[in-house]
Amino acid sequence: MNAPTLTLASVLPALPEIYLVAAICVVLMVDVFAGASARRVTPTLTLLVLAAGAGLTLAFAQVEGPVTLFSGMYIADPLGTFLKLCSTLFVAVALLYSRHYLENRGILKGEYYVLALTALLGIFVMVSAGSLLTMYMGIELLALSLYAMVAFDRDSGVAAESAMKYFVLGAIASGALLYGMSLVYGLTGTLLFSELAVALQGTPSLGIIMGVVFLVVGVAFKFGAVPFHMWVPDVYHGAPSAVTLFVATAPKIASFALAYRLFSGALGNITETWSQMLAIVAVLSLVLGNVVAVAQTNLKRMLAYSAIGNVGFILLGFVAGTEQGYEAALYYTIIYVIMTLGSFGVILLASRAGFEADELADYRGLHARDPSLALMMMVLMFSTAGIPPFVGFWAKLQIFQALWATDHLGLVIVAASVSVVGVFYYLRVVKLMYFDAPGDLPKGEARLGVRLTLGINALAALLLGLFPNSLLELCAKVLS
Amino acid sequence: MLVQVLFYAFSAVLIAAALGVVVTRNPVHSAMCLVLAFFTSAAIWLLIEAEFLAIVLVLVYVGAVMVLFLFVVMMLDINVEEVKRGFTRYAWLGWLIAFLVIAQIVGVVWFRGLGIDATQGAVPLPADYSNTRELGAVLYTQYVYPFELAAVLLLLAIVAAISLTMRRRPGLKAQDVARQVAVRREDRVRLVKMDAVTRDAPAPRQDGEGKAP
Repeated sequence: MNAPTLTLASVLPALPEIYLVAAICVVLMVDVFAGASARRVTPTLTLLVLAAGAGLTLAFAQVEGPVTLFSGMYIADPLGTFLKLCSTLFVAVALLYSRHYLENRGILKGEYYVLALTALLGIFVMVSAGSLLTMYMGIELLALSLYAMVAFDRDSGVAAESAMKYFVLGAIASGALLYGMSLVYGLTGTLLFSELAVALQGTPSLGIIMGVVFLVVGVAFKFGAVPFHMWVPDVYHGAPSAVTLFVATAPKIASFALAYRLFSGALGNITETWSQMLAIVAVLSLVLGNVVAVAQTNLKRMLAYSAIGNVGFILLGFVAGTEQGYEAALYYTIIYVIMTLGSFGVILLASRAGFEADELADYRGLHARDPSLALMMMVLMFSTAGIPPFVGFWAKLQIFQALWATDHLGLVIVAASVSVVGVFYYLRVVKLMYFDAPGDLPKGEARLGVRLTLGINALAALLLGLFPNSLLELCAKVLS
Repeated sequence: MLVQVLFYAFSAVLIAAALGVVVTRNPVHSAMCLVLAFFTSAAIWLLIEAEFLAIVLVLVYVGAVMVLFLFVVMMLDINVEEVKRGFTRYAWLGWLIAFLVIAQIVGVVWFRGLGIDATQGAVPLPADYSNTRELGAVLYTQYVYPFELAAVLLLLAIVAAISLTMRRRPGLKAQDVARQVAVRREDRVRLVKMDAVTRDAPAPRQDGEGKAP
């Protein structure tokens, strides 16, 4: 066996991960030695670290085509760079939104930021994974960080309960995923996605099909798709809103990367083994997510079921199984995360010390109390519902087009009809904000910086909808 | 021949020990049975020339993990019989599931074969072959990326565990050694000057004390 030599030039495409590990250690140390001023230093330092990381990635780690490193276990490609930049941005915005919320509840600690950075590292590793082994390491890095973040508010019994559920169910899903990986590895003798794609062709054996079933279960759990969705409402509802914001956004990018690398990369030549399973999972998610969301009285829980429904749309892109389908899934994921960031950002701004704005009733007459917040929420809800000219419409349209092109007429009809159900509960929020009496509920937080970012976020949902081509072309370019 | 005899002997001990973990009533005995199970598995690994894994299994699992287990079991002093009462009600379900799983495994492995030729054994390795060197060579070259990621995973586990368990509870009476050492005599003992009380003078009566009910 020839031992590969590691030089600086040869590992340069892996700069984002290497930089982030170093940055995690720096933030951890600075937080310890900053003492009492750590509460002010660490959040700012974390944002600076993320900005510097994005800059370094853009400057040094760009690649033209796919490059493999570390004996094929690491893939650097334009898709990887794009997803890493997106997830860095989303994590930074999520941390920006959540600072005052954490401060008000006395859980603003340096470890929270370290855990957010390790979660981001997990996302990076998953995005660039070239083998089942590195993919699993990334999944565990991300999942362990999220478990700890959900349980971060030690005085909240609900948070501890949801963290426990998340942990136990997540461990079972990891077990299923590992079992599938070990079956596939045992029958093909390789962990690398590129070699798996060559080895898995033609009619797969019974053992391979068993392995693929377990892999689909693992992916469906990470996405939170029915019937492996049980953790989603409880975690979204039970976790502190800032953590819900985090769990609901950047990890979705990682789930997309997991599904894309696995299904399109490793199992791309045996599409028929997994596409039907995925279609069933997607349809169940669409129906259950959108129908049960109607019955919710808690906004966080409603958005959790809406997340399940939206995951159904993302999976439909994979069911199409074409280049167009993957593009649509990528576009949908990015757009969905942007809109979710905004909606949870509004929840965080509407909350105050001692007042958790998570019930739907808490939004009655928000327009009278806080017109700008209500306007932003209205834009985001219209967009998530998929009403033109907002961007959510284009995301759904892409999925429909990809399904139409592959003759999945039945799936288009199901998806379109549940979207109509979805419009009802998104518009109910708008109705509560604009047409109901305000009562004596408190105003939202007045943080100017956060409000400005949230405004840009909501504006993005409108502008990307008016000019959808630039992001669409970018998605097509990084996937080609 | 000798190797086969040894294999079956160790396997028998291993299965008996594994059963002992589940069956014994005393948790300390269970932990000890688990130690025996680890030890015999290490011996079986030695038989297939995986000496590094065998030594690591003894060092890490027997030496560290099981000692920790024993500490926890002995400190918690759980009455297992209390916990396990009524447990046998579900035994039929357990048997049913175990039977199904075994039937499925036999069906897949025995009758379908999974396309693997399991009859050929491993080729014996030369005498100067070092497991440890080979593992080290691939671990730090080919697998260096996942290896480093595993290190980050451990760091993350430490950070998460500490941030979730360490906190200042209000009203916790912790010992502050520095303050104990720095204490001065004046902080603890107060000398009070009092007038001497003579025996024949009656103690001064306080208001309301002498009234009859």
